[in-house]
Amino acid sequence: MTRTTGPARLPPALRAPGATRGNALPAGAWWLWALGLATAASRTTNPLLLGLLVGVAGYVVAARRTDAPWARSYGAFIKLGLAVVAVRLVFSVFLGSSVPGTQTLFTLPEVPLPGWAQGVRIGGRVTAEQVVFALYEGAKLATLLICIGAANSLANPARLLKSLPGALYEVGVAVVVAMTFAPNMVADVARLRTARRLRGRPTGGIRAVLQIGLPVLEGALERSVSVAASMDARGYGRTAQVPPAVRRTTHVLTLGGLLGVCAGTYGLLAAQGAVHGLPLLLAGLAAALAGIRLGGRRSVRTRYRPDRWGVRAWLVAASGAAVAAAMIWAGAVAPEALRPGVVPLTAPVLPLWPAAAVLIGLLPAAVAPLPPSLSDSKERT
Amino acid sequence: MIRFEQVSVRYEGAGRPTLSGIDLTIPEGELVLAVGPSGVGKSTLLGAVSGLVPHFTGGVLTGRVMVDGRDTRTHKPRELADLVGTVGQDPLAHFVTDTVEDELAYGMESLGLAPDVMRRRVEETLDLLGLAELRDRPIATLSGGQRQRVAIGSVLTPHPRVLVLDEPTSALDPAAAEDVLAVLQRLVHDLGTTVLMAEHRLERVVQYADQVLLLPAPGAAPVMGAPADIMALSPVRPPVVALGRLVGWDPLPLSVRDARRRAVDLRERLAGVEPPAREDPADAVVAPLPERAAARPGLLGRLLGRRNGAAPAPAPVQDAVTRVEGLGVRHGRVQALRGVTLTVTPGETVALMGRNGAGKSTLLSALVGMTAPSTGSVLVGGLHPSRTSPGDMVRRVGLVPQEPRDLLYADTVAAECAAADSDAAAPAGSCRALVTELLPGVPDDVHPRDLSEGQRLALALALVLTARPPLLLLDEPTRGLDYAAKARLVGVLRRLAGAGHAIVLATHDVELAAELAHRVVILADGEVVADGPARQVVVSSPAFAPQTAKILAPREWLTVSQVRKALEGLA
Repeated sequence: MTRTTGPARLPPALRAPGATRGNALPAGAWWLWALGLATAASRTTNPLLLGLLVGVAGYVVAARRTDAPWARSYGAFIKLGLAVVAVRLVFSVFLGSSVPGTQTLFTLPEVPLPGWAQGVRIGGRVTAEQVVFALYEGAKLATLLICIGAANSLANPARLLKSLPGALYEVGVAVVVAMTFAPNMVADVARLRTARRLRGRPTGGIRAVLQIGLPVLEGALERSVSVAASMDARGYGRTAQVPPAVRRTTHVLTLGGLLGVCAGTYGLLAAQGAVHGLPLLLAGLAAALAGIRLGGRRSVRTRYRPDRWGVRAWLVAASGAAVAAAMIWAGAVAPEALRPGVVPLTAPVLPLWPAAAVLIGLLPAAVAPLPPSLSDSKERT
Repeated sequence: MIRFEQVSVRYEGAGRPTLSGIDLTIPEGELVLAVGPSGVGKSTLLGAVSGLVPHFTGGVLTGRVMVDGRDTRTHKPRELADLVGTVGQDPLAHFVTDTVEDELAYGMESLGLAPDVMRRRVEETLDLLGLAELRDRPIATLSGGQRQRVAIGSVLTPHPRVLVLDEPTSALDPAAAEDVLAVLQRLVHDLGTTVLMAEHRLERVVQYADQVLLLPAPGAAPVMGAPADIMALSPVRPPVVALGRLVGWDPLPLSVRDARRRAVDLRERLAGVEPPAREDPADAVVAPLPERAAARPGLLGRLLGRRNGAAPAPAPVQDAVTRVEGLGVRHGRVQALRGVTLTVTPGETVALMGRNGAGKSTLLSALVGMTAPSTGSVLVGGLHPSRTSPGDMVRRVGLVPQEPRDLLYADTVAAECAAADSDAAAPAGSCRALVTELLPGVPDDVHPRDLSEGQRLALALALVLTARPPLLLLDEPTRGLDYAAKARLVGVLRRLAGAGHAIVLATHDVELAAELAHRVVILADGEVVADGPARQVVVSSPAFAPQTAKILAPREWLTVSQVRKALEGLA
């Protein structure tokens, strides 16, 4: 049982422990890390840096994801990213682009449009600059999506919802129950397809989908009724008695706060009201939060083993924030390295310091606790 | 603890009240078993205790139900949550969260218990129910018995004084059922919990009950009393009681142990009689339907250049209906079946047994072609099921799934029959004739959903038999059936076997296997661990032996009816 991999040479005290319920990273930490990477991605169009960001996110996912169903969503997000790039490219080729370019790749036949559609072009000249620009922009969006996908596959969505404030708890439970429905419906579809085969009918085709669809929906409806009954019988929705004064204050704070937020946002967006906008927005936000907090008093519930923010969680969150901060700083100091020129076309170069900063995002792959399935397989090899 | 005062329940649209004039008192710390044929309102009675009837199910409840001094008319289910724990028939429909530990904590969170109390109780409950290793597991990955234990655990953690369970062991294999019952007994003995449960499988539970509540017929007044007294007049009874009544033991024995002590005499009387061997499989062979006209390939099929498969193989030699050799099936990384070899001849009945997750359902689905073998081969009527079109397959093998409702699509029995005739290309009316035979007195215009569990099973069986498959498979057919419905099913299956159908039953019901099977095959971990004549396999296994066999061991008597015949012969 000798280990030959890199982390194995670390002293045992520094090795990441196996994940258990007690040391599980809060879902919020993963989201902060991923949002940090996404912020960094939004600051650059350099394909090399974007590629590095995707690589970092992908490595961490590979090193720390579990066997849970949501953990498999990463692949779907990568496909979505590629689709975004493709769509962006197609639009740019067929609808033209505002980027002026000199190097014509090919010319599509142009559709003549009436005078009122001026400024819109279909077909026509396609330049290398315009294609490269579309690729860069598409890659930026795709990287953003992939970072979100990484958070999605690393963080347990149910635990994320559990950290909602008490007043929003019931919404959270509804979402969790809805999420457990998806696998059940998949199982239902499989069962009903079997049943169709048993009746001697083909299992594919539109008629099969229609005939299976109804019973599946029916089953889902029945199940939701029985889950609701079970939840009720187990005390869901019990409320505590609160004095009428508190109840009224809650309503005033929440409503007033929301009004303040609306008015403040309007002020910020409108040209004149910027002076009053920000304070109004902040005051509204504070009032609404206080209302939600006070509203939580009506719910009697407590929380079982909430996730704790330990050193590892802070490290994970901080590594994402560090990547974002470094990229924002680099954008201010050396913007040309983060946005390689399109007109004229230049080959993008990998700026050393921002690239090094992106690598900080790999920290979670070393500090986050190892999920059990992975730690088992590593013990065996 | 629980008091019913003149309680009647009537659901909307129902002709008569489901329960009427119920007056009873259940004292604290008792395990009370509600028994009765299906459809007498056992589930309604149970639901009334937790307040789900009528707050959640609708309907009108008159009279009063008091639980520990709280009136369910004024207290909603959520306000009884700290007092009553309820587990319904389907544990999957009970779960709110996704992992075992969260599920155990859910009820306590709703009640607002302090975090340290919750933590302590979750640990205690994990130990009490033997769930400690499963604490982090997603609930979707658990087996049936584990789910049932988690469901019970999840209502135990708030320390309810009353526990209400609807058929807690019906879906479980014998060993898992024993686990669950041992836990219940511990709760009653150690914590003084009052348990009210309904169960069809009396042979598993009646010995644990302190009192039995009998609902003899719909609308009839309930009778409550000591188990032995009630069993003496109950229309539903386990084999041990049936044997006791046959021989005239008084008081009636309820457990195998009691009966064995009494049976010294009976064993001596039967010493000279040879237990009847199961009669050999009938010689008859099921006449196949005329071959269907070759269908024209559809437009899409023609576009894709699909041909109408090679003509079906020439009629194979009818020595075996199915031949499975070295079958292996993998689901992802799980090896569900490994090296399974099995041959079934016409007229033979084979019971497939083994614990939950042993691979019984996978074997059945390989036989109908839903699962392709990864190694080995499956031949049914000379064809490879997974490579044959469903339309051809129905004429060779029919499967009644665990949930017969899955097979039913149409709004009325008549429409269902017409669809079955056209699916199987059978002459019009052949399905309806079968329905009349298996399910007398069911009018054409009934909605399949309004049928009882047993009637639905019979309807599904008729649909499957329309194509006259020589091989008939049934997955867990007795789940949710009362003894009367089960007896009817046994009669029907005997007749089918006599007509030359080969029957394979996957079942946990040892009594059913003892009644029907010529051969028993036991699967464990995807492998065949025993395959032989029912008598030998079943009698030698403590888990799979029927009660009669346990009482009269080492002689190989399997059923009460065998003993009855032998005694009549002696007299």
